[in-house]
Amino acid sequence: MKNGLLKPGDYFLRGNYAFVEGALLAGCRFFAGYPITPSNEISAMMARRLPQVGGAFIQFEDEIASVVAIIGAANGGVKSMTATSGPGFSLMQEAIGLAFMIETPIVIVDVQRGGPSTGLPTQVGQGDFIQANFGSHGDYETVVYLPNSPQEMFDMAIKAFNTAWRYRVPVIVLADQMIGQMIEKVSVPSHDEIELVEYEKPEIPPEEFLPFDLRYEVPPFVAAGDGYRIHLTGLAHDERGYPTTDHETYSKMLLRKLRKIWDNADEIVEWEERLTEDADLIVVSYGITSRSVYKAVSDAREKGLKVGIYRLKTAWPFPYKRLKELAMEGRNILVVEVNMGQAYRVARQYISHEGVYSMPWAPGRVPPPEAILKKIEEVYKA
Amino acid sequence: MSEAKLIRPSIDEIKALLRVERLPHIWCPSCGIGIVAKAYVEALLRSGIPPEKHVLVSGIGCSSRMPGYIKIDGYHVIHGRAIPFAVGLKTVRPELEVTVFAGDGDLSTIGGNHLIHAIRRNDDINVIMINNFTYGMTGGQYGGTTPEGSRTLTSPYGHIEGTFNVPLLVASIGAPYVARWTVLHYRQIVDTIVEMFKVDGFTFLEVISPCIIYTDMNRRDAISLMRMFKNQSEIDHTADLRNVGIERLDEETRFIVGKFVHRPSESYQTKYRKLVERVMKGGE
Ligand SMILES: Cc1ncc(C[n+]2csc(CCOP(=O)(O)OP(=O)(O)O)c2C)c(N)n1
Ligand code: SF4
Repeated sequence: MKNGLLKPGDYFLRGNYAFVEGALLAGCRFFAGYPITPSNEISAMMARRLPQVGGAFIQFEDEIASVVAIIGAANGGVKSMTATSGPGFSLMQEAIGLAFMIETPIVIVDVQRGGPSTGLPTQVGQGDFIQANFGSHGDYETVVYLPNSPQEMFDMAIKAFNTAWRYRVPVIVLADQMIGQMIEKVSVPSHDEIELVEYEKPEIPPEEFLPFDLRYEVPPFVAAGDGYRIHLTGLAHDERGYPTTDHETYSKMLLRKLRKIWDNADEIVEWEERLTEDADLIVVSYGITSRSVYKAVSDAREKGLKVGIYRLKTAWPFPYKRLKELAMEGRNILVVEVNMGQAYRVARQYISHEGVYSMPWAPGRVPPPEAILKKIEEVYKA
Repeated sequence: MSEAKLIRPSIDEIKALLRVERLPHIWCPSCGIGIVAKAYVEALLRSGIPPEKHVLVSGIGCSSRMPGYIKIDGYHVIHGRAIPFAVGLKTVRPELEVTVFAGDGDLSTIGGNHLIHAIRRNDDINVIMINNFTYGMTGGQYGGTTPEGSRTLTSPYGHIEGTFNVPLLVASIGAPYVARWTVLHYRQIVDTIVEMFKVDGFTFLEVISPCIIYTDMNRRDAISLMRMFKNQSEIDHTADLRNVGIERLDEETRFIVGKFVHRPSESYQTKYRKLVERVMKGGE
């Protein structure tokens, strides 16, 4: 793989490297970033790999510059990404709002570590779950993926670029220290099996073109230099991209942008379900925690407890419909995560019965299967 | 080419590059930003590069509203971050002529870190900084360029902090092109911007400009400030940049202007392209 893209086949890859190879196969040709553990393997590999495929890499002075630079590069029509962890992700929040506002497709991978603040730089956390969709001010939407293996780091890298360019939104991949740094088998499919959403210059003549055309769910994207002479602004704007304070105009514009995600949530959401049919209790988890949950649930089954698995593969949109269905048929829900109950709070919003439980866990360690099993037994009795 | 022989663009040519449907603009009467906007348009017309290949990027502030009136690709991003946006764009689309247009607060205060690092990397972008000594848009607070003694919203008893000497700052980091004019030096601003387009590397132009808010708070009218610019400015292309700081604003102030630095340069983007060629051929 010295030059060119990773060939089809099976590899033994670190999660962070798998993400890089997936991103390059998806067509990513610009990376900007600032060093931070435990995401460093991504920028190091991008610095090595991008020139090999004709792309560009810049290590910037901070994460604000990094995320803004990928917004600039994406507006040049080039698929672009950055990688970071908690402190850097916090610095990026203002610009994520800009990307939403000017409908610029970008991909951010946040390899989560323990927070808050500098927290636990080398240890695992899942505390950015809420921030990934609510960290910037105002109403906006992101799409957030939750990989639980190096294979999914690879797959979701591709998916992230496709979703970003299909809906023109910021897409975040919320990995975690363990998923990013563990080494596992990764299968790379033949390249023509990989479906890609590509940027194509629209056919509309420039005189008729409106960058924020309300007649579209997702208006066609044009890049700088395409000859459309567009104006994009983070200020509230009309269809032409011109600033406005007219309430009706702005509410229509804001709602159109939000609806790209709201109306397509069923298409976008992903989850994994195991052993739910006969289950009395469903364990919800995501990322590295789900790996511990798999073991705990199989141990519980061996003990005769009817327990199922509902693993979130997207955090936002939250895949609530099926979960709600399962819960409303009389099943209890237990949410296990390496934070103080962020996904639990979201699940609770959708489920109106009392049987929704939380297993919070402080960052630094993943709850071991035995601890989860104990909690399952405790909740099962209730 | 002597100045006299230049054919100035017609009003129609200039209008074709304005978003006339957006007029009237938001700037106050006697604000200097519009003068520089027109100078940019004239320079663009003179550049020989088609308008489709020029891009403007700005931050937030009165100055940063300028791209909104110019009919070329323009990106009005977030406060202090125009430079990294421009760098990302220029890196992936090297054929575009990317110019940042923003205020002193945006570029030298909140965005100061990006400014110094873009110069250190020698990114191939043009930066035009309107220096009105204050934050105009938010009503006249002090920033990194506010002269000592100034009264501002947030220094009501007189400003006691130090002041950036911006030309010295950018030149000392190695910017290959550094110039400063006041808004009264219209012809020179146009010439300078035309030259900036030709440099492979980071080019910087500071334009000293009146702001009605600043002058009001300091009990001056804009005309008297313009008179100061006229009577107290000196063109000195070879000035010792240690002496060009504007630390106070009064009858003693000397506004040293000119094209201070113009040296050969190879930008980060050019070097990176060479690196990619080398690596793609199999080099390490
Ligand atoms: C992150 C952030 N902080 C603060 C502001 C508020 N703000 C808007 S414009 C501005 C100052 C602009 O001053 P300058 O860049 O000097 O431009 P001028 O208005 O003087 O042309 C500030 C602080 C903002 N928009 N974003
Ligand atoms: S506040 Fe100052 S900088 Fe802003 S438009 Fe008015 S005069 Fe110009």
